Amino acid sequence: MFLINCPFCGERDQSEFSSGGEAHIVRPKQPTELSDDEWAEYLFMRKNIKGIQFERWNHVHGCRKWFNVVRDTSNDKILSVYKMGEKPPVNYK
Amino acid sequence: MPNYRIHKTEYIDETKRVSFKYDGKTYFGYEGDTLASALLANGIHLVGRSFKYHRPRGIVSCGAEEPNAICQIGSKKSLTEPNVRATELELYEGLEASSQNCWPNVKFDIGGINNFISPLIPAGFYYKTFMWPKSFWKKVYEPLIRLSAGLGKSPTEPDPDIYDHKYVHYDVLVIGGGVSGIIAAKMAAKNNLKTLLVDDKKILGGSTIYQNNESIKIDDKLSSEWLKNEIQEIKKLSNLTIKTRTSIAAYHGYNFLLAKENLTDHLPEEKKKNKIRQRLWKIRAKKVVIATGSIERPLVFNNNDRPGILLSNSINKYLDYYGVTCGENIILFTNNDSTYETSISLHKKGIKNIIVDLRKSASSELIKQAESLGIKIYFNHVVTNTFGYRKINSLEIMKLSEDGNTTVGNKIRLSCDCLGMSGGWTPMVHMHTQSGGKLDFRDEDQVFLPKENSEDQISVGSCNGDFDLENIIDKTVNKINKFLDIDNQDYQDTNIICSKENDKRNIWLLPNKIPLGKTKCFIDFQNDSTAKDIKLALKEGFRSIEHVKRYTTTGMATDQGKLSNMHALGIIADTAGVKMGTLGTTTFRPPFTPLTFGTLVGRNVGKFFEVVRKTSMHEWHVENNAEFENVGQWKRPWYYAKKGENMHDAVQRESKAARDSAGILDASTLGKIDIQGTDASEFLNRVYTNAWSKLAIGKCRYGLMLNEDGMVYDDGVTTRISENHYLMTTTTGGAANVLSKLEDYLQTEWPELDVYLTSVTDHYSTASICGPNSKKILNKIFPNLDLSDENFPHMSFKEDKLENINCRIMRISFTGELSYEINIESKYGHSLWKMCIEAGKEFNLTPYGTETMHLLRAEKGFIIVGQDTDGTMTPSDLQMDWIVSKKKYDFIGKRSLYRSDTIREDRKQLVGLLTDDPKEILEEGAQIVSDVKSKPIDMLGHVTSSYFSPNLNKSIALAVVRSGKTMKGQKLIIPMENKNINVTVSDTIFLDKENKRLNA
Ligand SMILES: [Zn+2]
Repeated sequence: MFLINCPFCGERDQSEFSSGGEAHIVRPKQPTELSDDEWAEYLFMRKNIKGIQFERWNHVHGCRKWFNVVRDTSNDKILSVYKMGEKPPVNYK
Repeated sequence: MPNYRIHKTEYIDETKRVSFKYDGKTYFGYEGDTLASALLANGIHLVGRSFKYHRPRGIVSCGAEEPNAICQIGSKKSLTEPNVRATELELYEGLEASSQNCWPNVKFDIGGINNFISPLIPAGFYYKTFMWPKSFWKKVYEPLIRLSAGLGKSPTEPDPDIYDHKYVHYDVLVIGGGVSGIIAAKMAAKNNLKTLLVDDKKILGGSTIYQNNESIKIDDKLSSEWLKNEIQEIKKLSNLTIKTRTSIAAYHGYNFLLAKENLTDHLPEEKKKNKIRQRLWKIRAKKVVIATGSIERPLVFNNNDRPGILLSNSINKYLDYYGVTCGENIILFTNNDSTYETSISLHKKGIKNIIVDLRKSASSELIKQAESLGIKIYFNHVVTNTFGYRKINSLEIMKLSEDGNTTVGNKIRLSCDCLGMSGGWTPMVHMHTQSGGKLDFRDEDQVFLPKENSEDQISVGSCNGDFDLENIIDKTVNKINKFLDIDNQDYQDTNIICSKENDKRNIWLLPNKIPLGKTKCFIDFQNDSTAKDIKLALKEGFRSIEHVKRYTTTGMATDQGKLSNMHALGIIADTAGVKMGTLGTTTFRPPFTPLTFGTLVGRNVGKFFEVVRKTSMHEWHVENNAEFENVGQWKRPWYYAKKGENMHDAVQRESKAARDSAGILDASTLGKIDIQGTDASEFLNRVYTNAWSKLAIGKCRYGLMLNEDGMVYDDGVTTRISENHYLMTTTTGGAANVLSKLEDYLQTEWPELDVYLTSVTDHYSTASICGPNSKKILNKIFPNLDLSDENFPHMSFKEDKLENINCRIMRISFTGELSYEINIESKYGHSLWKMCIEAGKEFNLTPYGTETMHLLRAEKGFIIVGQDTDGTMTPSDLQMDWIVSKKKYDFIGKRSLYRSDTIREDRKQLVGLLTDDPKEILEEGAQIVSDVKSKPIDMLGHVTSSYFSPNLNKSIALAVVRSGKTMKGQKLIIPMENKNINVTVSDTIFLDKENKRLNA
């Protein structure tokens, strides 16, 4: 059970959060311009990395804010948290 | 009756005699006994039958690793408990226990025959034999196996006991109250760290607490005396919490651990009453010290499973802790020094014993002590066979060859009534690996050890592979100082003297002149798997330890292979000719020892199982005989049966009344989201499929919400309260998810929008009045409100007051009737409802529930998201193309509406169905076909909603059917178990297509 450091509330138990999958997948500004394949890429394709992964989490039973998490999925260590709209930390690739 | 209690110890209170029943017979023990020690004191070793061969089995150990002494406790239907280890069960007055694995009884049983046909029961036997024919599995094989395997009985009535949960936070958690755990806890607590020490036993001290060998001393005292003093010291520390009878069940990431505390299991029945039985501790610790110790290994030789064969150190504990000897003529078979402590202690109490040692020689202090006492030692010897059916009575030993691969010389037969065995010690690395830690293998004594200690977790003591006391204490002190970054000097001058083991020899499968196929060298006592099974699995091509484990079932019983895993690995390594360390281990999964369901569930039983949401009108519904339906967490009135009515009658009456005169529905549970901000209109434009910018203030509009994949997600009516203020309604069940989804888009995709969302579901109560007389009723409640169609048309909104209390009134309809929804602050909901009922009396205003609501909307062909949709329906599939804006550039899900898959014409589409026999009501979920003759039958779709309409006097149904849009008028078939029902595809709207009733 993770301890997640919500950027707005501080460290809380994982049970207060819900995971929202891979981060930094931006909704296309002009979906109508996209081919079926391009739209499907946005809609369905996710990386599911073993290793350092950028994820979205929501403090759903707390401040209800969405934020980003850098997590090493091989050992579940959370390496960094940052707010929506902020750039991902450069030291993780 | 024989008495094997041969001396007094401080842990057994001989002034407190305890009577208990075992297999129906009454025995006596003392307070402080476990069931196992009390049985042994009565001379009882035989406690069950083995799983596969039904061989007699006895008590083997004194702790959690016990594979044989598994009991069924209690006889009450609600309280009986299977799989209890007699070695852990504290004795109490009135305890009733029976051996679990012994059908029809422990002394003679049918399954014993398996012993003689055992060559026919090899590894994988169950897989190979009981597979075919398939139909035999459920009716023949499984009941037979279950019966003869004697798996325990579950209670058949609800558990009356109380269980508890508790959340705690500590700086340091120490797991295990042996010598290293006590030292670690003391160091941490004395350094002002808030510390929790847990131990699964009744008292602290581990195996050192009954240590009484003169060659092992701390500060000139016996190690047990020194430790008792330490325990007294730590009990005084104010920031140390000590929890005994508490075992860690699971070690999760981020130092989150679950522990089970036993509070009343050791008490007699009358003292258990009204007390919490077990408590689950949910522990978050900054640092965790693992000091879980080690368990002794058995040895694998022919017939190593007879009653009377125990682990050597367990014999020692029964003797020095419980005062009980396991025999009067004992042989100890070992490969290490620890057994010599047992031997010397037995000798001092006058119990004759001799030692058979695998090692060629040994030279430590302990061995010299044993030799000087005149204890006979057979070095370089191995036990090759044992004899005695219900209990061991003699054994054979032979000399080992130089390389240990075979035996040489003549057999020597020795008589005995008990055999102690010790194959060395296995560090309990379960906690370390559960936390994600890796293991290293130490060749010298063939043990897996914690590989790395992380900054928030460390292993100390014998679970870290440190076995002699000097090593344990020195290393623990150094490691804890470093780990906690402290400088504790308490043990600086502690003077430890102990015997040092110099000689080691390990043989996983002991050699024998008899071919392996004819021996019974047990590895897993509980699942009855032998060395031969492991070798057979390897011969049949299994390589991975995980596969061998499953194929032979080694290590898969309730003891999870605590005694057997190492030997299985060792034999695989030896057979395959690889180094043991390279094989890895099987995964150590939680729980370490079994947990009761009660502990896991805690207080969340009965009405506390889940949150129940009730509307303000709930009491009125109860008083008026409503049956309730669960919708999410809400309790909604389903129907209100009058005297003599069944559900069908009630629904028919309610539905008719709503259309003939007036009906009232408690609609408070619909999700309500308050939307405010300068971009509120633009936001709605993006989340709904239809256009919102032009909705006038005071008007309402129905909206359909999609997922980004184009599938219908939710629907509801949204009202524009003012320029930048909307009130959205959602389905009852979808409310929370819709809010989350909208928040997600606002926060992550469109942060530039000035929009604020607030859930107000609980803030308002809603009474929905429909029917031709609804306007008259409204007029009585709001006499000042102009209800004319010009002033207050369909799909519009007004505010008015009910005795100073603000109300929001929407003229919207989910039934197709003229209809008003009155919203009022929740606390006035009950009063509002009663006023409506009162005002409606003269118009036969009839309260109706969700079933009637569903029926009325189905007559009108309105969908229910989640009933007529299932996450695979687009608006077009629902024949709702009219609600999808062609003009809007984008909205959630728009692009997906013309993906190659969503524009397929043969998708399942919503249609109406009319049964040829208008009285026939279809079953929701029933499959739809066009032809029942050609096989395989082509499934076209299924019925989603089905009712008998009292207003149309016929059966109506909604369904999803492949290419349904083009099938109007076509005949289809609903095949049921005993008949085929003929139906015709129809329009989805069955009543009032012209919407005349809305303005009635
Ligand atoms: Zn937060």
